[in-house]
Amino acid sequence: MSSRNSNKAVLLRRGVAGLATLFALAAVALPAEAATVTVTIQKLVFSPATITAKVGDTIEWVNKDVIAHTATAKDSWDVMIPPKKSASLVLKKAGSIDYYCRFHPNMKGHITVSQ
Amino acid sequence: MAIRMTAVLAASCLFLAGLPAKAAEKPTDPQIAHIAYTAGVIDIEAAKQALRKSKNKEIKAFAKDMERDHEAVNKQALALVKKLKVTPEDNPTSKALTKAAKAERAKLSKLHGAAFDKAYIANEIAYHKQVNGALKDVLIPSAHNPQLKDLLETGIKIFQGHEEHAEHVQSELE
Repeated sequence: MSSRNSNKAVLLRRGVAGLATLFALAAVALPAEAATVTVTIQKLVFSPATITAKVGDTIEWVNKDVIAHTATAKDSWDVMIPPKKSASLVLKKAGSIDYYCRFHPNMKGHITVSQ
Repeated sequence: MAIRMTAVLAASCLFLAGLPAKAAEKPTDPQIAHIAYTAGVIDIEAAKQALRKSKNKEIKAFAKDMERDHEAVNKQALALVKKLKVTPEDNPTSKALTKAAKAERAKLSKLHGAAFDKAYIANEIAYHKQVNGALKDVLIPSAHNPQLKDLLETGIKIFQGHEEHAEHVQSELE
């Protein structure tokens, strides 16, 4: 009887310890909440042209022009931003990324993505 | 293309030659609005021809981009002239542009396949260069109304973007 109780106590303790470990892991795995960085497009200009963000953050492009644009990073992502609309992208990888508009390659932007 | 470029050049010279002489020879706002609108219509026509004739994916995508952008800009231009109560006025530059474009379309209509694609994209580069030159040297400095000037300043950025885009498509063709 008493040995069974002590077994239960051990199991319970292990359970609590396991949960604590889980929470600790979760705290490490989930960094500070992801942010959204807004870039406005007006008169064929990305503004701000240069931004910094973290992996997991969202970039939102707000197109104020009457023509469609894209935010395109070579061999990586290609986001279509219709006229007077917004489009967004979740950053998956760290790096220093130059991007441009495929329709108007004279439009250029830069994102520095950190871990 | 030679015919068209000559005509476009002549059209630009028409204004450029008159510029230092007297201000009266500068295009007026109603004329500027007409020239800008005409330049857009010409590129839409060229795009429609390319969409009918070309089988090349890149060329067709580029032509669709041109059609979509110029239609959007011209729609905005029409809304602006209506708001400003300006009636676009036909003028020698608009006439020369239209005439040259007609000749270019006739020339391109005789070409097929890769020869058409090559000629179309080469003309798109030359045409956007010419229009950008006219916007920068004549139309923008001559525009009086700030809203018209603003539209032209956005217009030149779009045209410069198209010029770069066309150069990119041309390099992919080769």
